[in-house]
Amino acid sequence: MANQTSQAKKYKDYEASKLPKRPILINCLKAFFIGGLICVIGQFISLFYMYFFNFTEQTAGNPTVATLIFITMLLTGFGIYNKIAQFAGAGTAVPVTGFGNAVISAAIEHRTEGFVQGVGGNMFKLAGSVILFGTFSAFVIALIKTIFSYWSGT
Amino acid sequence: MVFLWSFLIGGLICVIGQLMFDVLKLTPGQTLSTLVVIGAILGGFGLYEPLIDFAGAGATVPITSFGNSLVTGALEEAKQHGIIGVVTGMFEVTSSGISAAIIFGMIGALLFKPKG
Repeated sequence: MANQTSQAKKYKDYEASKLPKRPILINCLKAFFIGGLICVIGQFISLFYMYFFNFTEQTAGNPTVATLIFITMLLTGFGIYNKIAQFAGAGTAVPVTGFGNAVISAAIEHRTEGFVQGVGGNMFKLAGSVILFGTFSAFVIALIKTIFSYWSGT
Repeated sequence: MVFLWSFLIGGLICVIGQLMFDVLKLTPGQTLSTLVVIGAILGGFGLYEPLIDFAGAGATVPITSFGNSLVTGALEEAKQHGIIGVVTGMFEVTSSGISAAIIFGMIGALLFKPKG
């Protein structure tokens, strides 16, 4: 048994030595520029909604997100998003476009299995955990804060 | 000026995500879930809204804003209806991201054929 675990450890070390080193600095620079660029595009869209549709800085985020996800749909459908994502890593995953891409690419990919089983069943396969943890943590935090404000009587 | 700040702050949040990929070796799903929770915590302490005023889309476009707006919606409704508002108000502010993803996901599935 001990022999087996030491062998397993040896293999793990060997495996780690053979894995390609991740160029962390370059990856971070790519993520920074592409991620920043997506936010600048989002800023343009926000300003557009603020000037023409009377949104404020706080509320303009909503239509901006929807517009960005619409653009993501087109880019995902034409297969362009994948290429940008391979280059940018977290730069395209962290903005809301990454969330949109996870939903939309799953929907397109599983279309061949039918609309109910395929598209409906797999749409949130990747993005579901984001909604789950976002909603649940928001619930806990808002609950604590609300109870706390009752106690302190404000 | 707001363009510069949205570029810098948005880029910075993406770098944090990239470091979680590369250094902590998390999967994209784990990374995004963690970032959403961080956004919710910042929103709970009231720190996210000043960031939006400061960086605009640099703060609203990354996925962290999703967690923030869930908390904001829940707290706003809780002010009016008490504890029950925490559940009913949760998606008050955030609805656009999820509804857009569902609607455009369906349209995408209708329009495009899977590749390869």
